[in-house]
Amino acid sequence: MDEHRDRSGDKMLKSSAAFKTFLMKNSQKSNMNLYDHLTRLLLKVMDEQPNDAVDIFEDLSYDVKRGLFEDTKNRLRDLPHTTLAELLAEQQRLLFTQQEDTEHEDELVESPLPNINEIGFYLEQAGVGLGREEMQRIFLALKQLVDSQPLILHCRLWGKILGTQSNYIVAEVEFKDWDNENEKSDQAAEEEQNEARESEENEVKKTITLVMDQLPQSTYKPPPVVPKEPMGTGSNKNVYYVCKEPGLPWVKLPSVTPAQITVARQIRKFFTGRLDSPIKSYPPFPGNEANYLRAQIARISAGTHVSPQGFFHVGEEEGEEEDEAPRDSYEVNPDFDGVPVSEMVLSLSMWVHHVQHILKQGRCSWINLAVKPEEDQNEEGEAEETEEEPDEPEPEVGPPLLTPLSQDAEMFNTPPWSTKISSTLTSQHAVAVLRSNLWPGAYAYACGKKFENIYIGWGLKYTGQGYSPPLPPPPQKEYPSEPEVTEALDPTVEEEQVLEDALEEQQAAPEEMENTDEEEEEEEEQELDND
Amino acid sequence: MDADSLHYSLELVAGSGNILNTEHRTALQTSLLILRKNYKFNRVLFWGKIMGIKEDYFIAQGRGDDELKDKKNLYSFNCMDWFLLPPATIPMIEEVSKAATGRFMGDASHVYENTILKKVGDEDEVEEELVKTTEEHRLAVTIHLIDDESSVIPRGAFIKNPHGFVQVNRCFEGLTESQAAKLDSFLHFRDPKTLKKKSLLELSELNQTIDFLDLLTDDVPKGMWSLQFENANKVLILRCLLWLGMTFYHVPMTPQHGYIYIGDGVRNLDLSFML
Repeated sequence: MDEHRDRSGDKMLKSSAAFKTFLMKNSQKSNMNLYDHLTRLLLKVMDEQPNDAVDIFEDLSYDVKRGLFEDTKNRLRDLPHTTLAELLAEQQRLLFTQQEDTEHEDELVESPLPNINEIGFYLEQAGVGLGREEMQRIFLALKQLVDSQPLILHCRLWGKILGTQSNYIVAEVEFKDWDNENEKSDQAAEEEQNEARESEENEVKKTITLVMDQLPQSTYKPPPVVPKEPMGTGSNKNVYYVCKEPGLPWVKLPSVTPAQITVARQIRKFFTGRLDSPIKSYPPFPGNEANYLRAQIARISAGTHVSPQGFFHVGEEEGEEEDEAPRDSYEVNPDFDGVPVSEMVLSLSMWVHHVQHILKQGRCSWINLAVKPEEDQNEEGEAEETEEEPDEPEPEVGPPLLTPLSQDAEMFNTPPWSTKISSTLTSQHAVAVLRSNLWPGAYAYACGKKFENIYIGWGLKYTGQGYSPPLPPPPQKEYPSEPEVTEALDPTVEEEQVLEDALEEQQAAPEEMENTDEEEEEEEEQELDND
Repeated sequence: MDADSLHYSLELVAGSGNILNTEHRTALQTSLLILRKNYKFNRVLFWGKIMGIKEDYFIAQGRGDDELKDKKNLYSFNCMDWFLLPPATIPMIEEVSKAATGRFMGDASHVYENTILKKVGDEDEVEEELVKTTEEHRLAVTIHLIDDESSVIPRGAFIKNPHGFVQVNRCFEGLTESQAAKLDSFLHFRDPKTLKKKSLLELSELNQTIDFLDLLTDDVPKGMWSLQFENANKVLILRCLLWLGMTFYHVPMTPQHGYIYIGDGVRNLDLSFML
């Protein structure tokens, strides 16, 4: 009996051992075994003693399985990623440093730095602006510009031009005198470029002429290039600096040439935001985006910079030349009392342009290209009166400086300007706002004795319904058909024979000129009869 | 942009140059709340400003249960008194596109007239037809077109619930900066037009709840959108070059986003020359 029991006990032991090994077999998928899992699970129930453990048994099982995977320490770490904002903040930090060598005396001297905070306040009343923080940053950036350039007479925030990839903040600067190194370095750079180009071309030409015979030289002379205005006059009166974001360094824009203005009037392109990008257009623009930007700035300034009438008046030193030479200088009128805002809003004649109009030629002062170099020494006025040749080009005249806006021409059925008052509810302290319809984005405000112009926009003029690019020029005419160049049929043999005989007769006739006429005639008749 | 966030979001879009007067801003805060109560909108947005020659129009938009379909537009001259605009129907759109040219006048009852030549039957006779439309209709149609072609939302900001209603996604936490720098994280907020033309392979990767709208990158011409970081690189700004004046802003890693149109309401037809 005991053996029987022992044997059944042995069997049970064996089967339980077998079952235990079965339980401890690792699963192929998860490398865990049921024995360990159940052990852990029961230990967990023992530790936590949850209520109704049997109801949440499956969840407990899941939790134990999940708990095996959690790693307390994450071995991988993210590299600290510098955002764009952080990069810019590093550069903008320099805006806020105060120079330690500024003396307090400087505060008494008139600084060319404009009060952007005040301008920003009035512009906000007018509904225009860039936001308070941005204006503050621009203010500090302008201060950096003024401190870095010692010869500045006036500095102004001209505005902002939007581009597709980034924008430009433009500052207008007037220098004290122009016989300084700025102009020379510009000219020197241009001359170097020209020389480099010419020397390359000469080398190429030399190699070609060594190989081939001399090609016929072309007699084409390109039409004379209109010379650009000297610095400090006309459309080059001010120098413009641009930067992408306040805090980044200011870049000086090159001066503008009349050719660039004429082409800029015919094309319509967005700015990309990079100064060196090429402008692909028809007619081809002579320059890259920096030149195009400068040309548009010149056009916008000439078209939309206005001031209340009386703020500026013409200088009194002109004398006799007022009739001929266009007025190009103006001075601040010390007796200006300010015009009430309601009058400024009602009529456009209270506003005047204070920047010279750009003529069709591309310059502010007309230059006569047909004048021969010898006569250049005369004043332009006298030359125009004395020369009476019929093919003399007519001088272009633009409206004189300080003309009121009521004389601006209406284009495309829209009046060129819209006036508004900034607030109808509190009109005693309101600001008069002028908005240009030709250059969307150009605004001017006036309040008492203060006024300012600004441009914030895409840098494009309003062209009516649609822009159509200029057509290519007509093809060159062919050469005139003269008899020397026209083809003729070759003469046949008989005709040549007749011609030869006639020539022989003529040669024979002069030899007998010494004889009497009668004899000649007879001989001729005889010769003819013989033939 | 949402009327509730108006006081700080206007600063974020100020990079485009146009901001609102303090007086207008405070007037809007008051009047938009009153408007919402009167018309029983779910949300009221300040849509923007259309500048006319004599006067400017302030436009507000009210949204109902379905953000995409229940939209009502209102206009005002002084941010206080609002007038409801009629919804833009297809015959109205046709009438406006034939008759209205030039800029907005600023007078809601101004009538635009245009004579167009029409061929009569098969003969070569040409008949003149006078087409008229009012500025109110033109305003309604312009707002509809601008919304249709250039309203933008970041991907994930709106979801489509099982009933088919489009609603604000309250769990939207904003795009990351690297996601925001790519144009394909933004969608057009309108009935999808190019989505159906996508291949099945592309459609299978999309998430039904958030990707039910067209991508901005499917727009033609390709350079139509200008993506920039502004305001010390904190805010992402998208500007539409087809409707100059449409600005969309989004602050990455926050749910703040919105768009506003401040401009003269004229489509930029020369876009292909200008790029």
